[in-house]
Amino acid sequence: MLTKRIIPCLDVKDNRVVKGIKFLNLRDAGDPVELGARYSDEGADELVFLDITATIRFHKTIVELVEKVAENVFIPFTVGGGIQTVEQMDKILRSGADKVSVNTAAVSNPNLLTEAAQRFGNQCVVLAIDARRSKDKPHKWQVCVKAGSEPTEIDVVEWAIQGEKLGAGEILLTSMDADGTKVGYDNELNKAVSDAVDIPVIASGGAGKLEHLYDAIVDGGADAVLMASITHFGNYTINQMKEYLASRGLPVNIQ
Amino acid sequence: MIVVIDYSVGNVRSVCNTLRHIGCEVELSRKVETIECSAGIVLPGVAAFGYAISQLGELAKLIKKLALDGKPLLGICVGYQMLFDHSSEYGQYDGLGLVSGSVIPIPAGSQSRQGYLTALSVPHMGWNQVKLPEGMDLFVGLGKEKNFYFAHSFYAEVTDQQAKIAYTDYGFALPAAVQKANIYGLQFHPEKSSKSGLKVLKNFAEICEKQKKEKTPK
Repeated sequence: MLTKRIIPCLDVKDNRVVKGIKFLNLRDAGDPVELGARYSDEGADELVFLDITATIRFHKTIVELVEKVAENVFIPFTVGGGIQTVEQMDKILRSGADKVSVNTAAVSNPNLLTEAAQRFGNQCVVLAIDARRSKDKPHKWQVCVKAGSEPTEIDVVEWAIQGEKLGAGEILLTSMDADGTKVGYDNELNKAVSDAVDIPVIASGGAGKLEHLYDAIVDGGADAVLMASITHFGNYTINQMKEYLASRGLPVNIQ
Repeated sequence: MIVVIDYSVGNVRSVCNTLRHIGCEVELSRKVETIECSAGIVLPGVAAFGYAISQLGELAKLIKKLALDGKPLLGICVGYQMLFDHSSEYGQYDGLGLVSGSVIPIPAGSQSRQGYLTALSVPHMGWNQVKLPEGMDLFVGLGKEKNFYFAHSFYAEVTDQQAKIAYTDYGFALPAAVQKANIYGLQFHPEKSSKSGLKVLKNFAEICEKQKKEKTPK
Protein backbone atom coordinates (compact mmCIF):
# COMPACT_ATOMS: atom_id res chain seq x y z
CA MET A 1 0.00 0.00 0.00
CA LEU A 2 1.09 3.49 -0.78
CA THR A 3 2.84 5.31 2.04
CA LYS A 4 2.06 8.86 3.14
CA ARG A 5 4.74 11.25 2.00
CA ILE A 6 6.79 13.76 3.98
CA ILE A 7 7.89 16.57 1.68
CA PRO A 8 10.20 19.40 2.77
CA CYS A 9 9.84 22.52 0.66
CA LEU A 10 12.57 24.91 -0.38
CA ASP A 11 11.22 28.38 -1.13
CA VAL A 12 14.10 29.91 -3.01
CA LYS A 13 14.79 33.59 -3.45
CA ASP A 14 18.06 35.00 -4.85
CA ASN A 15 19.70 31.56 -4.61
CA ARG A 16 18.88 31.16 -0.91
CA VAL A 17 16.19 29.18 0.85
CA VAL A 18 13.85 31.52 2.69
CA LYS A 19 10.78 31.07 4.80
CA GLY A 20 8.20 33.62 5.80
CA ILE A 21 4.84 33.83 7.50
CA LYS A 22 1.74 34.07 5.31
CA PHE A 23 4.08 34.63 2.34
CA LEU A 24 5.67 37.70 4.02
CA ASN A 25 8.60 38.54 6.36
CA LEU A 26 11.05 36.18 4.69
CA ARG A 27 13.89 34.79 6.78
CA ASP A 28 17.03 33.08 5.49
CA ALA A 29 17.00 29.31 5.95
CA GLY A 30 20.14 28.20 4.16
CA ASP A 31 21.72 27.05 0.93
CA PRO A 32 19.38 25.13 -1.40
CA VAL A 33 22.05 22.68 -2.58
CA GLU A 34 23.05 21.78 0.98
CA LEU A 35 19.50 21.58 2.26
CA GLY A 36 18.38 19.48 -0.71
CA ALA A 37 21.22 17.00 -0.20
CA ARG A 38 20.47 16.86 3.51
CA TYR A 39 16.79 16.11 3.07
CA SER A 40 17.48 13.48 0.40
CA ASP A 41 19.97 11.79 2.70
CA GLU A 42 17.76 12.06 5.79
CA GLY A 43 14.99 10.09 4.15
CA ALA A 44 12.53 12.72 2.91
CA ASP A 45 10.09 11.18 0.45
CA GLU A 46 10.27 14.06 -1.98
CA LEU A 47 11.65 17.54 -2.31
CA VAL A 48 9.82 20.61 -3.60
CA PHE A 49 11.72 23.65 -4.84
CA LEU A 50 9.77 26.84 -5.50
CA ASP A 51 11.46 29.82 -7.05
CA ILE A 52 9.65 32.70 -5.40
CA THR A 53 11.97 35.36 -6.79
CA ALA A 54 9.62 36.19 -9.61
CA THR A 55 6.57 34.12 -10.15
CA ILE A 56 5.64 36.34 -13.02
CA ARG A 57 8.63 35.58 -15.20
CA PHE A 58 10.64 32.43 -15.76
CA HIS A 59 14.23 32.84 -14.67
CA LYS A 60 17.00 31.18 -16.60
CA THR A 61 19.16 31.21 -13.47
CA ILE A 62 16.71 28.79 -11.86
CA VAL A 63 17.79 26.12 -14.36
CA GLU A 64 21.41 26.26 -13.20
CA LEU A 65 20.42 26.11 -9.56
CA VAL A 66 18.03 23.23 -10.17
CA GLU A 67 20.88 21.34 -11.88
CA LYS A 68 23.10 21.81 -8.83
CA VAL A 69 20.41 20.80 -6.36
CA ALA A 70 19.43 17.77 -8.45
CA GLU A 71 22.97 16.38 -8.47
CA ASN A 72 22.62 15.40 -4.83
CA VAL A 73 18.95 14.57 -4.68
CA PHE A 74 17.99 10.90 -5.10
CA ILE A 75 14.33 11.34 -4.29
CA PRO A 76 11.59 12.88 -6.43
CA PHE A 77 12.18 16.53 -7.06
CA THR A 78 9.44 19.01 -8.00
CA VAL A 79 10.29 22.47 -9.27
CA GLY A 80 8.02 25.45 -9.69
CA GLY A 81 8.01 29.21 -9.94
CA GLY A 82 7.22 31.33 -12.95
CA ILE A 83 6.96 28.43 -15.39
CA GLN A 84 4.70 29.43 -18.27
CA THR A 85 5.28 27.15 -21.25
CA VAL A 86 5.88 23.47 -22.01
CA GLU A 87 9.28 24.45 -23.39
CA GLN A 88 10.23 25.89 -20.00
CA MET A 89 8.91 22.75 -18.35
CA ASP A 90 11.08 20.69 -20.64
CA LYS A 91 14.14 22.75 -19.63
CA ILE A 92 13.36 22.25 -15.96
CA LEU A 93 12.84 18.51 -16.38
CA ARG A 94 16.02 18.20 -18.39
CA SER A 95 17.93 20.01 -15.67
CA GLY A 96 17.02 17.26 -13.21
CA ALA A 97 13.51 17.90 -11.94
CA ASP A 98 10.99 15.07 -12.00
CA LYS A 99 7.85 17.14 -11.87
CA VAL A 100 6.97 20.72 -12.58
CA SER A 101 4.56 22.78 -10.60
CA VAL A 102 2.49 25.52 -12.16
CA ASN A 103 0.23 28.04 -10.51
CA THR A 104 -0.26 31.49 -12.04
CA ALA A 105 0.36 30.31 -15.62
CA ALA A 106 -2.29 27.60 -15.32
CA VAL A 107 -4.85 30.12 -14.09
CA SER A 108 -4.23 32.45 -17.03
CA ASN A 109 -3.87 29.59 -19.53
CA PRO A 110 -5.59 26.41 -18.24
CA ASN A 111 -4.72 24.63 -21.49
CA LEU A 112 -1.11 24.56 -20.29
CA LEU A 113 -2.03 21.69 -17.97
CA THR A 114 -3.36 19.66 -20.90
CA GLU A 115 -0.38 20.39 -23.13
CA ALA A 116 1.99 19.44 -20.34
CA ALA A 117 0.12 16.23 -19.50
CA GLN A 118 0.09 15.15 -23.12
CA ARG A 119 3.78 15.76 -23.52
CA PHE A 120 5.20 14.64 -20.17
CA GLY A 121 2.42 12.52 -18.68
CA ASN A 122 0.12 13.81 -15.94
CA GLN A 123 2.27 12.36 -13.14
CA CYS A 124 4.73 15.10 -14.07
CA VAL A 125 2.29 17.98 -13.75
CA VAL A 126 1.63 19.49 -10.34
CA LEU A 127 -1.04 22.13 -10.01
CA ALA A 128 -0.06 24.44 -7.16
CA ILE A 129 -2.95 26.33 -5.64
CA ASP A 130 -2.49 29.17 -3.19
CA ALA A 131 -5.78 29.27 -1.29
CA ARG A 132 -7.10 32.08 0.86
CA ARG A 133 -10.23 31.83 2.95
CA SER A 134 -13.01 33.93 1.49
CA LYS A 135 -13.96 36.84 3.71
CA ASP A 136 -17.60 36.90 2.65
CA LYS A 137 -18.38 33.28 1.71
CA PRO A 138 -18.11 30.82 4.60
CA HIS A 139 -16.35 27.50 3.92
CA LYS A 140 -15.03 28.84 0.63
CA TRP A 141 -11.51 29.66 -0.51
CA GLN A 142 -10.30 31.81 -3.35
CA VAL A 143 -7.39 31.06 -5.65
CA CYS A 144 -4.56 33.58 -5.39
CA VAL A 145 -1.89 34.04 -8.05
CA LYS A 146 1.49 35.74 -8.46
CA ALA A 147 2.97 34.35 -5.24
CA GLY A 148 -0.26 35.01 -3.41
CA SER A 149 -0.22 38.71 -4.16
CA GLU A 150 -3.25 38.69 -6.43
CA PRO A 151 -6.56 37.21 -5.33
CA THR A 152 -8.90 35.96 -8.06
CA GLU A 153 -12.60 35.17 -8.04
CA ILE A 154 -11.91 31.50 -8.75
CA ASP A 155 -13.14 29.01 -6.16
CA VAL A 156 -10.38 26.66 -4.99
CA VAL A 157 -12.43 23.45 -5.00
CA GLU A 158 -13.81 24.14 -8.47
CA TRP A 159 -10.35 24.97 -9.76
CA ALA A 160 -8.96 21.74 -8.33
CA ILE A 161 -11.68 19.72 -10.08
CA GLN A 162 -11.06 21.55 -13.33
CA GLY A 163 -7.29 21.15 -12.93
CA GLU A 164 -7.65 17.40 -12.59
CA LYS A 165 -9.81 17.22 -15.72
CA LEU A 166 -7.31 19.32 -17.66
CA GLY A 167 -4.38 17.04 -16.85
CA ALA A 168 -2.87 17.85 -13.45
CA GLY A 169 -1.55 14.72 -11.76
CA GLU A 170 -1.28 16.15 -8.29
CA ILE A 171 -2.38 19.19 -6.33
CA LEU A 172 -0.05 21.13 -4.07
CA LEU A 173 -2.53 22.94 -1.88
CA THR A 174 -1.17 25.80 0.21
CA SER A 175 -3.28 27.57 2.76
CA MET A 176 -2.10 31.16 2.73
CA ASP A 177 -3.88 31.76 6.03
CA ALA A 178 -1.91 29.01 7.75
CA ASP A 179 1.44 29.38 5.93
CA GLY A 180 4.34 29.76 8.35
CA THR A 181 2.05 30.13 11.38
CA LYS A 182 2.78 26.63 12.78
CA VAL A 183 -0.79 26.39 14.08
CA GLY A 184 -1.68 23.40 11.92
CA TYR A 185 -2.85 22.82 8.37
CA ASP A 186 -6.24 24.11 7.20
CA ASN A 187 -7.86 20.68 7.20
CA GLU A 188 -11.26 21.94 6.23
CA LEU A 189 -9.63 23.15 3.03
CA ASN A 190 -7.63 19.94 2.61
CA LYS A 191 -10.74 17.84 3.11
CA ALA A 192 -12.83 19.90 0.70
CA VAL A 193 -10.25 19.48 -2.05
CA SER A 194 -9.21 15.87 -1.38
CA ASP A 195 -12.88 14.82 -1.40
CA ALA A 196 -13.44 16.58 -4.70
CA VAL A 197 -10.59 15.04 -6.73
CA ASP A 198 -9.08 11.59 -7.33
CA ILE A 199 -5.50 12.82 -7.77
CA PRO A 200 -3.17 13.10 -4.75
CA VAL A 201 -3.36 16.23 -2.64
CA ILE A 202 -0.29 17.61 -0.87
CA ALA A 203 -1.28 19.62 2.19
CA SER A 204 0.87 22.70 2.68
CA GLY A 205 0.99 25.59 5.12
CA GLY A 206 0.80 25.55 8.89
CA ALA A 207 2.83 22.56 10.08
CA GLY A 208 4.15 23.23 13.57
CA LYS A 209 3.81 20.01 15.53
CA LEU A 210 3.94 16.32 14.73
CA GLU A 211 0.23 15.86 15.28
CA HIS A 212 -0.47 18.46 12.61
CA LEU A 213 0.98 16.06 10.05
CA TYR A 214 -1.26 13.26 11.28
CA ASP A 215 -4.32 15.50 11.25
CA ALA A 216 -3.71 16.67 7.67
CA ILE A 217 -3.62 13.04 6.52
CA VAL A 218 -6.48 11.69 8.62
CA ASP A 219 -8.80 14.72 8.94
CA GLY A 220 -7.70 16.52 5.79
CA GLY A 221 -7.46 13.42 3.58
CA ALA A 222 -4.05 14.49 2.29
CA ASP A 223 -1.80 11.99 0.52
CA ALA A 224 1.30 13.94 1.46
CA VAL A 225 2.32 16.69 3.85
CA LEU A 226 4.63 19.51 2.96
CA MET A 227 6.55 21.55 5.49
CA ALA A 228 9.27 24.16 5.60
CA SER A 229 9.67 26.09 8.87
CA ILE A 230 9.64 23.04 11.14
CA THR A 231 12.36 21.23 9.22
CA HIS A 232 14.58 24.12 8.11
CA PHE A 233 14.88 25.56 11.60
CA GLY A 234 15.56 22.17 13.16
CA ASN A 235 12.39 21.52 15.18
CA TYR A 236 12.00 17.98 13.86
CA THR A 237 14.00 15.65 11.69
CA ILE A 238 12.36 13.76 8.83
CA ASN A 239 12.85 10.56 10.74
CA GLN A 240 11.08 11.89 13.84
CA MET A 241 8.10 12.77 11.67
CA LYS A 242 8.00 9.33 10.08
CA GLU A 243 8.40 7.49 13.36
CA TYR A 244 5.60 9.54 14.85
CA LEU A 245 3.22 8.81 11.97
CA ALA A 246 4.18 5.12 12.02
CA SER A 247 3.51 4.98 15.77
CA ARG A 248 0.00 6.23 15.08
CA GLY A 249 -0.57 3.54 12.51
CA LEU A 250 -0.02 5.41 9.27
CA PRO A 251 1.96 3.76 6.47
CA VAL A 252 5.24 5.60 5.95
CA ASN A 253 8.35 4.86 3.95
CA ILE A 254 11.23 3.94 6.23
CA GLN A 255 14.13 2.81 4.03
CA MET B 1 30.27 2.48 -20.07
CA ILE B 2 26.51 2.52 -19.65
CA VAL B 3 24.58 4.54 -22.19
CA VAL B 4 21.48 6.43 -21.15
CA ILE B 5 19.36 6.99 -24.24
CA ASP B 6 18.91 10.70 -24.87
CA TYR B 7 15.58 11.09 -26.58
CA SER B 8 14.42 14.53 -25.44
CA VAL B 9 12.05 13.47 -22.75
CA GLY B 10 11.84 13.88 -19.02
CA ASN B 11 14.37 13.25 -16.38
CA VAL B 12 17.32 11.88 -18.33
CA ARG B 13 19.67 13.90 -16.17
CA SER B 14 18.41 12.34 -12.93
CA VAL B 15 19.29 8.88 -14.16
CA CYS B 16 22.76 10.03 -15.26
CA ASN B 17 23.39 11.83 -11.94
CA THR B 18 22.44 8.76 -9.98
CA LEU B 19 24.52 6.35 -12.06
CA ARG B 20 27.53 8.67 -11.70
CA HIS B 21 26.92 8.96 -7.98
CA ILE B 22 27.29 5.19 -7.61
CA GLY B 23 30.52 5.24 -9.62
CA CYS B 24 29.41 4.27 -13.13
CA GLU B 25 30.86 5.61 -16.32
CA VAL B 26 27.82 7.07 -18.09
CA GLU B 27 27.11 8.65 -21.43
CA LEU B 28 23.89 10.39 -22.33
CA SER B 29 23.62 9.80 -26.05
CA ARG B 30 21.54 8.89 -29.07
CA LYS B 31 24.55 8.09 -31.27
CA VAL B 32 24.45 4.65 -32.84
CA GLU B 33 28.19 3.97 -32.24
CA THR B 34 27.96 4.90 -28.56
CA ILE B 35 24.92 2.73 -28.04
CA GLU B 36 26.53 -0.20 -29.89
CA CYS B 37 29.75 -0.15 -27.86
CA SER B 38 28.10 0.37 -24.47
CA ALA B 39 28.12 -2.33 -21.79
CA GLY B 40 24.44 -1.75 -21.15
CA ILE B 41 21.56 0.47 -22.13
CA VAL B 42 19.26 2.46 -19.89
CA LEU B 43 16.02 3.61 -21.46
CA PRO B 44 14.67 6.28 -19.10
CA GLY B 45 11.39 8.04 -19.42
CA VAL B 46 9.16 10.67 -18.02
CA ALA B 47 6.77 11.32 -20.86
CA ALA B 48 3.55 10.19 -22.33
CA PHE B 49 4.01 6.89 -24.18
CA GLY B 50 3.18 8.20 -27.65
CA TYR B 51 5.54 11.14 -27.38
CA ALA B 52 8.32 8.93 -26.01
CA ILE B 53 8.05 6.29 -28.73
CA SER B 54 7.95 8.94 -31.47
CA GLN B 55 11.03 10.65 -30.02
CA LEU B 56 12.83 7.33 -29.89
CA GLY B 57 12.20 6.96 -33.64
CA GLU B 58 14.71 4.81 -35.49
CA LEU B 59 16.63 4.03 -32.30
CA ALA B 60 13.84 1.65 -31.34
CA LYS B 61 15.01 -0.93 -33.88
CA LEU B 62 18.64 -0.67 -32.80
CA ILE B 63 17.82 -1.03 -29.10
CA LYS B 64 15.62 -4.00 -29.81
CA LYS B 65 18.30 -5.72 -31.89
CA LEU B 66 21.03 -5.14 -29.28
CA ALA B 67 18.78 -6.37 -26.48
CA LEU B 68 17.94 -9.55 -28.43
CA ASP B 69 21.67 -10.03 -29.01
CA GLY B 70 22.16 -10.08 -25.23
CA LYS B 71 23.15 -6.54 -24.25
CA PRO B 72 21.67 -5.69 -20.83
CA LEU B 73 18.75 -3.28 -21.24
CA LEU B 74 17.03 -1.48 -18.40
CA GLY B 75 13.77 0.35 -19.05
CA ILE B 76 12.54 2.75 -16.39
CA CYS B 77 8.93 3.93 -16.05
CA VAL B 78 7.81 4.82 -19.60
CA GLY B 79 11.09 3.28 -20.77
CA TYR B 80 9.88 0.09 -19.08
CA GLN B 81 6.41 0.41 -20.59
CA MET B 82 7.97 0.71 -24.04
CA LEU B 83 9.41 -2.81 -23.66
CA PHE B 84 5.88 -4.17 -24.13
CA ASP B 85 3.81 -4.68 -27.28
CA HIS B 86 1.31 -1.91 -27.03
CA SER B 87 -0.01 1.10 -25.09
CA SER B 88 -3.31 2.91 -24.98
CA GLU B 89 -2.07 6.12 -23.32
CA TYR B 90 -3.61 9.13 -25.18
CA GLY B 91 -4.01 7.01 -28.35
CA GLN B 92 -2.92 3.58 -29.58
CA TYR B 93 0.80 2.95 -29.93
CA ASP B 94 3.11 0.02 -30.56
CA GLY B 95 6.02 -0.54 -28.21
CA LEU B 96 9.27 -2.43 -28.73
CA GLY B 97 7.61 -5.80 -28.25
CA LEU B 98 10.49 -7.26 -26.23
CA VAL B 99 8.18 -8.45 -23.46
CA SER B 100 4.62 -9.59 -24.17
CA GLY B 101 1.96 -7.45 -22.61
CA SER B 102 0.14 -4.18 -22.98
CA VAL B 103 0.09 -0.87 -21.16
CA ILE B 104 -3.33 0.13 -19.88
CA PRO B 105 -4.78 2.68 -17.42
CA ILE B 106 -4.78 2.03 -13.69
CA PRO B 107 -8.44 1.65 -12.70
CA ALA B 108 -9.38 4.68 -10.58
CA GLY B 109 -10.97 4.29 -7.18
CA SER B 110 -9.83 0.75 -6.38
CA GLN B 111 -10.70 0.01 -2.79
CA SER B 112 -7.92 -0.30 -0.27
CA ARG B 113 -8.05 -2.86 2.47
CA GLN B 114 -7.13 -0.39 5.20
CA GLY B 115 -9.89 1.51 6.92
CA TYR B 116 -8.91 5.14 6.42
CA LEU B 117 -8.45 4.98 2.67
CA THR B 118 -11.63 4.63 0.72
CA ALA B 119 -10.36 5.24 -2.78
CA LEU B 120 -6.96 5.06 -4.40
CA SER B 121 -5.68 7.99 -6.39
CA VAL B 122 -4.53 7.89 -9.98
CA PRO B 123 -1.70 8.56 -10.80
CA HIS B 124 -0.19 5.93 -8.53
CA MET B 125 2.26 8.34 -7.05
CA GLY B 126 4.52 7.79 -4.11
CA TRP B 127 6.38 5.10 -2.24
CA ASN B 128 4.97 1.63 -2.37
CA GLN B 129 6.24 -1.66 -1.12
CA VAL B 130 7.45 -4.14 -3.72
CA LYS B 131 7.66 -7.84 -2.96
CA LEU B 132 10.99 -9.00 -4.30
CA PRO B 133 10.92 -12.57 -5.59
CA GLU B 134 14.06 -14.66 -5.60
CA GLY B 135 15.85 -14.97 -8.92
CA MET B 136 15.43 -11.40 -10.13
CA ASP B 137 18.97 -10.13 -10.66
CA LEU B 138 18.25 -6.48 -9.95
CA PHE B 139 17.03 -7.21 -6.43
CA VAL B 140 20.02 -9.19 -5.18
CA GLY B 141 20.90 -8.12 -1.64
CA LEU B 142 17.69 -6.18 -1.03
CA GLY B 143 15.76 -8.69 1.04
CA LYS B 144 12.15 -9.74 0.55
CA GLU B 145 10.48 -6.35 0.18
CA LYS B 146 11.46 -2.71 -0.14
CA ASN B 147 9.78 0.62 -0.78
CA PHE B 148 10.26 2.24 -4.16
CA TYR B 149 8.99 5.44 -5.72
CA PHE B 150 6.24 5.23 -8.34
CA ALA B 151 4.71 7.95 -10.49
CA HIS B 152 2.46 6.66 -13.26
CA SER B 153 -1.12 6.46 -14.45
CA PHE B 154 -0.74 3.46 -16.76
CA TYR B 155 0.65 0.05 -15.98
CA ALA B 156 1.75 -2.99 -17.93
CA GLU B 157 -0.40 -6.08 -17.93
CA VAL B 158 2.32 -8.66 -18.44
CA THR B 159 1.35 -11.74 -20.43
CA ASP B 160 4.86 -13.00 -21.14
CA GLN B 161 5.31 -16.53 -19.78
CA GLN B 162 9.10 -16.14 -19.77
CA ALA B 163 9.10 -12.94 -17.72
CA LYS B 164 9.75 -12.90 -13.98
CA ILE B 165 7.56 -10.33 -12.31
CA ALA B 166 7.74 -8.43 -9.01
CA TYR B 167 4.48 -6.94 -7.76
CA THR B 168 3.31 -4.10 -5.59
CA ASP B 169 -0.15 -3.77 -4.06
CA TYR B 170 -2.30 -0.91 -5.28
CA GLY B 171 -5.73 -2.32 -4.69
CA PHE B 172 -4.63 -5.10 -7.04
CA ALA B 173 -1.33 -6.80 -7.79
CA LEU B 174 0.39 -4.22 -9.96
CA PRO B 175 3.51 -5.37 -11.83
CA ALA B 176 6.40 -3.25 -10.53
CA ALA B 177 9.31 -4.92 -12.31
CA VAL B 178 10.01 -7.52 -14.97
CA GLN B 179 13.00 -9.51 -16.05
CA LYS B 180 13.25 -11.56 -19.22
CA ALA B 181 16.81 -12.84 -19.67
CA ASN B 182 18.96 -9.69 -20.14
CA ILE B 183 15.95 -7.40 -20.45
CA TYR B 184 14.98 -5.57 -17.27
CA GLY B 185 12.15 -3.17 -16.62
CA LEU B 186 11.14 -1.13 -13.60
CA GLN B 187 7.81 0.66 -13.35
CA PHE B 188 9.18 2.59 -10.36
CA HIS B 189 12.04 5.08 -10.46
CA PRO B 190 15.22 3.58 -8.96
CA GLU B 191 17.03 6.89 -9.45
CA LYS B 192 14.46 8.47 -7.13
CA SER B 193 14.12 5.65 -4.64
CA SER B 194 16.81 6.68 -2.22
CA LYS B 195 19.12 3.95 -0.90
CA SER B 196 17.13 0.96 -2.20
CA GLY B 197 17.01 2.49 -5.66
CA LEU B 198 20.75 3.12 -5.69
CA LYS B 199 21.27 -0.56 -4.86
CA VAL B 200 19.07 -1.66 -7.80
CA LEU B 201 21.12 0.50 -10.17
CA LYS B 202 24.34 -0.85 -8.70
CA ASN B 203 23.08 -4.34 -9.42
CA PHE B 204 22.35 -3.35 -13.02
CA ALA B 205 25.84 -1.85 -13.37
CA GLU B 206 27.32 -5.11 -12.10
CA ILE B 207 25.25 -7.12 -14.57
CA CYS B 208 26.61 -4.92 -17.38
CA GLU B 209 30.17 -5.29 -16.13
CA LYS B 210 29.85 -9.07 -15.96
CA GLN B 211 28.30 -9.29 -19.41
CA LYS B 212 31.08 -7.17 -20.87
CA LYS B 213 33.76 -9.43 -19.38
CA GLU B 214 32.09 -12.50 -20.82
CA LYS B 215 31.83 -10.91 -24.27
CA THR B 216 35.39 -9.58 -24.39
CA PRO B 217 37.69 -12.11 -26.11
CA LYS B 218 40.61 -13.13 -23.92
